Amino acid sequence: MSENDHTDQTPENVPAQTGEVHEVGVRHGMFGVRGSGDTSGYGGLVKPILFPGDAQRPFGGWHDEVADALEQAGRAAGLEVATPRVVIHRGEITFHVRREDLLTVAQVLRDDERLRFEFCSGVSGVHYPDDTGAELHAVYHLLSMTHNRRIRLEVSAPDSDPHIPSIVSVYPTNDWHERETFDMFGIVFDGHPALTRILMPDDWPGHPQRKDYPLGGIPVEYKGGSVPPPDQRRSYN
Amino acid sequence: MSTTEDLYAGSSETTEGRVFTVTGQDWDSIAEGLAEDEVLERIVVNMGPQHPSTHGVLRLILELEGETVTEARCGIGYLHTGIEKNMEYRSWTQGVTFCTRMDYLSPFYNEMSYVLGVERLLDIEEDIPEKAQVMRVLLMELNRISSHLVAIATGGMEIGALTVMTIGFRERELVLDLFELITGLRMNHAFIRPGGVAQDLPPGALDEIRSFIALMKKRLPEYADLCNANPIFKARLEGVGHLDLAGCLALGMSGPVLRSTGYPWDLRKTEPYSGYETYDFDVQTWDTSDSYGRFRIRLNEMWESLRIVEQAADRLAKLDGAPVMVADKKIAWPSQLAIGSDGMGNSLDHIRHIMGESMEALIHHFKLVTEGFRVPAGQVYVPVESPRGELGAHVVSDGGTRPFRAHFRDPSFTNLQATSVMAEGGMVADVIVAIASIDPVMGGVDR
Repeated sequence: MSENDHTDQTPENVPAQTGEVHEVGVRHGMFGVRGSGDTSGYGGLVKPILFPGDAQRPFGGWHDEVADALEQAGRAAGLEVATPRVVIHRGEITFHVRREDLLTVAQVLRDDERLRFEFCSGVSGVHYPDDTGAELHAVYHLLSMTHNRRIRLEVSAPDSDPHIPSIVSVYPTNDWHERETFDMFGIVFDGHPALTRILMPDDWPGHPQRKDYPLGGIPVEYKGGSVPPPDQRRSYN
Repeated sequence: MSTTEDLYAGSSETTEGRVFTVTGQDWDSIAEGLAEDEVLERIVVNMGPQHPSTHGVLRLILELEGETVTEARCGIGYLHTGIEKNMEYRSWTQGVTFCTRMDYLSPFYNEMSYVLGVERLLDIEEDIPEKAQVMRVLLMELNRISSHLVAIATGGMEIGALTVMTIGFRERELVLDLFELITGLRMNHAFIRPGGVAQDLPPGALDEIRSFIALMKKRLPEYADLCNANPIFKARLEGVGHLDLAGCLALGMSGPVLRSTGYPWDLRKTEPYSGYETYDFDVQTWDTSDSYGRFRIRLNEMWESLRIVEQAADRLAKLDGAPVMVADKKIAWPSQLAIGSDGMGNSLDHIRHIMGESMEALIHHFKLVTEGFRVPAGQVYVPVESPRGELGAHVVSDGGTRPFRAHFRDPSFTNLQATSVMAEGGMVADVIVAIASIDPVMGGVDR
């Protein structure tokens, strides 16, 4: 994209307001056609997939207070890198935490009186197959009822070593949530009291929510026509 | 017949003694075995997943000592349908059709949390027309009434109060009739869409809602008369399924279970969405932390929901003809369908426009309906106060026309974890009451 095109960009299409952008993949073409057959000219389109980048201080509002308190309390608790990467997008703050720091950070977030995130809304896994070295993400949503604030913790692990420490000892509610994320993504939560499958049958092969796991399905015939299963239909990408 | 030959009640010798396996209704064999002067130390009862009292396809594994439960564990997943995975293969608008089916007793809340997530990613939260906001609130609060009615009805049925069940479902049917009038479907509406709602209010809907409110004001006291001071009802519910505030926070409990500890936590007040801050209503609490308190909270919340529905109906009366979809034509569904004489949804004006008048309109229609719109990359988490507690949608977009990931933090799933804490140490009959007071919906638990 050339320089003078920037004026045409509407604000909502700019991936990041501040800091570095984070690339997690590349989008090719437009109409889902691979190889040949697309004569529209859009087949050669290559666009990076950019997620919102790091925020820079001041974050604004209570975000600074929480970040400061987390930094101080984290350092007091003996974390080597006490400043996590921070992303602010659509008014929601995300702290990217190294997995080895997760348990300490969770403990501090729950117990420090300036933070007091008493309530954990569970963990959600996300699989970014093109985010090399950090394919598996575990996303925790925390709520401070004392201060009425919500934050998000994001931890990543490579596919080759899918281990993330369990925070069930800090937030017992994460028991089933971590089992579900293990079931669906294959993230092993070290220290979980009984990490077994929860939604899929115990002997199920594979982890269904991973992007390399097919959706499955059979073609459906209707009035003489045959409709392919959803993951084999033409789609826009 | 000796016990060892019984097809349905076999027993086997193990190093730990004799083990009976009973899969039918033949308890005689156990009694016979006991009579053979063997001491029975431990009974493990598998309850469900097909059991009328487990509130859906929930499997309970109970370890009993006499009639006392020493350990209780849940087996879930029998209703797992891969809704989250399926949503990754449909457009952002089609996603509503899937997530509405999760917690089938509160479909509007499923839609709402997901749609609010998509709207936040699109950054159009401020652009949603007022009428759409009011209609969403109206439908959600009607839905809270219908959901609480089922909670009370099935809870009553499970302890043998069948009249509570019949009157509960009688009133719920009235709410579903309203849903059918407004959305076209009794359940699984897919009515709340990114950008607004699918349809305007049909003619005559407000009158129906008003007569429903008037009727409910007469009917709701029946539940109070039937249950509130009923000695049997109270004896079954009071002190059962106890969970205090510390336990609730540790286990991530929300909704009526949390409010039964006396903590007035309600997302409609603490993090208002859809203009809830402009409605006049109170958060209902109880201070007994037990099943009876949760029943009373649900009963009181239905009154509060009626208050909100009343206010929403008054507002809708003033918003006749106002838009129900965001003005951005790149997001709003192009046509406003109406039911034709053939019973199919159609819009003849729109068809005339795209087929006969404007090529560009046809292209636009085709693009929006087949491709859908793109949502900027990022992730959001949007919670709403569903009848069961905090229902949150974690929506991730990679900038494409489909959700990259949609995860739902369902309150039933989280709250069901409290089964062990609530049931262990109590009587086996109280397990049913404790689970009914959580009111889990397995469609939401398993998704």
